[in-house]
Amino acid sequence: MKPSGDGMELSELDRKIVNRLSGDLPDGMSPFATVARELGLGEAELLEKVTGYANTGIMRRFGAIVAHRRGGYAANALVAWVVPDDKVAGVAHVMSDQDEVSHCYERLRYRQWRYNIYTMIHGQSRDDCLKVVERIAARTGRRDYRVLFTVREFKKESVRYFDR
Amino acid sequence: MMGGHEAVSEEREPERFSPLEKKLLDEAQRSFPVCSRPYAELGARAGCSEQEAYDIIQDLRERGIIRRIGGIFSSQALGYVSELVAMRVPPERVEQVARIVNEYPGVTHNYEREGEYNLWFTIAEESRPELDRVVAEIIGRTNVEQVIRLPASRKFKTMVIVPFEG
Repeated sequence: MKPSGDGMELSELDRKIVNRLSGDLPDGMSPFATVARELGLGEAELLEKVTGYANTGIMRRFGAIVAHRRGGYAANALVAWVVPDDKVAGVAHVMSDQDEVSHCYERLRYRQWRYNIYTMIHGQSRDDCLKVVERIAARTGRRDYRVLFTVREFKKESVRYFDR
Repeated sequence: MMGGHEAVSEEREPERFSPLEKKLLDEAQRSFPVCSRPYAELGARAGCSEQEAYDIIQDLRERGIIRRIGGIFSSQALGYVSELVAMRVPPERVEQVARIVNEYPGVTHNYEREGEYNLWFTIAEESRPELDRVVAEIIGRTNVEQVIRLPASRKFKTMVIVPFEG
């Protein structure tokens, strides 16, 4: 994985396209034609660019983003785990294998805050989430963790790239 | 901001989805066709007409089930740096601090969570110095003393698909 700050070279045009596509697709039967018109491009040129972003890995996918909670997943928790460095890869693999885990990241660890692995867990209830945590704990032997249930959502958006 | 300050525990009528809606939700999430007539392609995959696919997707967008249709980019490949930030905020100040944090366009997620560190937000900026500057400004303006900054070193899973078909 590339270190942060080491992005690929993007032209002004690429930045405009990425900015537009990190927003929402317009209404209508030919939304890409509409976007192309907004950006002053031909539709074919835009479609080729977007396919290119997918092929080079700049874009992971193009698709719909669904509200988790509206899909019947009313409860969610961020779970912070303490995992020894030499076990991170194996443990993270088990965690990532669980369908209820949407994100699994390794993050900086501090002496006063020893949690280094963070998983986002979704369930229909708190109990559902806790069962997943228990399953992961049993399979990985990691017993040092904190379950941080969501109390209130103040903001949830996608990054709008190159907007300034 | 989507949906304002919503309590997660709030009872909401459970959503019901028809088999066709489920199919379209899964297909549109996995890969929305990047072509001239995407709804025709989507309909072909789900077994319905272009018009039906369009109408159902529009309805799901209006109901707030689909938040956005667009590119999911690799922030790293685009040169962005991001961080999870945890703040320990006195309970009576949570809303006020959350409001200040929300003002920043680089902040994409902001949640009150259980635990001593009770406000957690993610922020992405175009460079490390810009990220540091914005986080310092947020800390200064909110006057929160206990803050943990948690940049990611490895991303093992970044899932974005919510399965609808069992």
